[in-house]
Amino acid sequence: MSENLFGELSEVIIAGDDTTAAAITQKLLDAEEPAKKILDEGLMPGMNVVGKRFRENIIFVPEVLVSARAMKASMSLLEPILSASNIKETGTIVLGTVKGDIHDIGKNIVGMMMKGAGFKVIDLGINVPPEKFVETARKEQPDIIGLSALLTTTMGGMKTVIEQVRNADLDVKILVGGAPITHEFTEQIGADGFAKNATDAVDRARELIDAQKETS
Amino acid sequence: MSAILDRLQRGDVLLSDGAMGTELQKRGLEPGACPEELNVTKPEIVQGIYQDYFDAGSDIIETNTFGGTRARLALHGFEDRVTEFNKAAAQLAVNLKPENKYVAGSVGPTGEMIEPLGTLSKDVVLEMFAEQIRALVEGGVDILFIETMMAAEEAELAIEAAKSVCDLPISCTMTFEVGKAGPRTMWGISPQQAVEKLTAAGADILGANCGRGSDEMLQIIREMRKFTEKPLLAQPNAGLPEYISGEAVYNESPESILPNARELLALGVNIIGACCGSSPAHIKKLRELLDSL
Repeated sequence: MSENLFGELSEVIIAGDDTTAAAITQKLLDAEEPAKKILDEGLMPGMNVVGKRFRENIIFVPEVLVSARAMKASMSLLEPILSASNIKETGTIVLGTVKGDIHDIGKNIVGMMMKGAGFKVIDLGINVPPEKFVETARKEQPDIIGLSALLTTTMGGMKTVIEQVRNADLDVKILVGGAPITHEFTEQIGADGFAKNATDAVDRARELIDAQKETS
Repeated sequence: MSAILDRLQRGDVLLSDGAMGTELQKRGLEPGACPEELNVTKPEIVQGIYQDYFDAGSDIIETNTFGGTRARLALHGFEDRVTEFNKAAAQLAVNLKPENKYVAGSVGPTGEMIEPLGTLSKDVVLEMFAEQIRALVEGGVDILFIETMMAAEEAELAIEAAKSVCDLPISCTMTFEVGKAGPRTMWGISPQQAVEKLTAAGADILGANCGRGSDEMLQIIREMRKFTEKPLLAQPNAGLPEYISGEAVYNESPESILPNARELLALGVNIIGACCGSSPAHIKKLRELLDSL
């Protein structure tokens, strides 16, 4: 019976039904299913479908947001258990929109998709000064710092963040994204990766972490 | 009927202006600072840009009020200065407007999401737009340019707010990107849906602005033209930004936009202009093109 519930949970995540997502999650927990399994076999497959449909222009921002909200409803039940049981997340990412830029829709969607993929997300918000990224990275030891910018005038600020992070000698990969960001720009500023959109961000983040594991 | 709609009906093609934001940055606006504040603190900079666009040949210039709703100004702590900033922007433009030229009140998105996706109620958003538009009207604008909309619902609310506070003509344009499904806004609205919804809401002029350059704009306008006889407005970005020696440079030069501009006109665009990354030099080229036809 629980097996069906995992599939159902995926379906309601895709449909964006937060009330039912929370209810099914609770049922699974009551049936003593492990939180990690609910995340891996209920939420993640659902969010993967959402990501794929978004990438293929079958669904758009509103649909992604309702799915993310449903996932959040479920995660709020799972998170306390996951953190208590010391289960290793996919990775940790520190996210923020760079200094001078106050746009957050893109960054928020990235954050939601990352959570859906099992990442621990530390969101520093908008207009984040470079020092704040460095300070947080030092404290939280994330695998990745994700930088967002919408404006052509603020994208240059990404370079400053990268320089400061490198100077601080932190072992962290830097992923950049946002409307004006291109692959060429990413190379010019020395970022480790470039994400075209929110689902791409998840894929790139996974790649960076896997590459890191191989080398270490 | 308003002079602008009258002229469009007679078959005149009008030239609007180019970018405001990127021009302000060239003249000292700091990244992250509030562009609308300059209407009060540095009126000479704002007026300088207005004047440059009129001099370049614009028939219509837009006020520096794209982020002039309470929601946007609140990000800079200026939520109580909506009327002051918007009215000043309009007055600065009206004061230097030559004869037979027009001032459009620019109204951009609130940047907030409406219930149930977001936290703002429809009534609150409606009042935000009404508050801004009232001030633009007081300042003396001739037309409203509701622009860069991505959600149909928000565009509809802006149109409804405009209709509730004035009788001015209303242009409403959305921002599309061409993806696998064809042109869509970030909210998934197609050009056909935009035409239908904005027309039903009461817009007099429809169209598209911003986006990823004039190639995509052609696809968007071609699609819109299939579904409407109404006047169409097209303001593409000057391409996409490239990062060259520490500065973002848009890759469509004044000269290079002309072939696509010619095609846009052939598709029956009634108001043409440009968006991010464009300059008075782009508008001057468009003026020469229009005068040569």
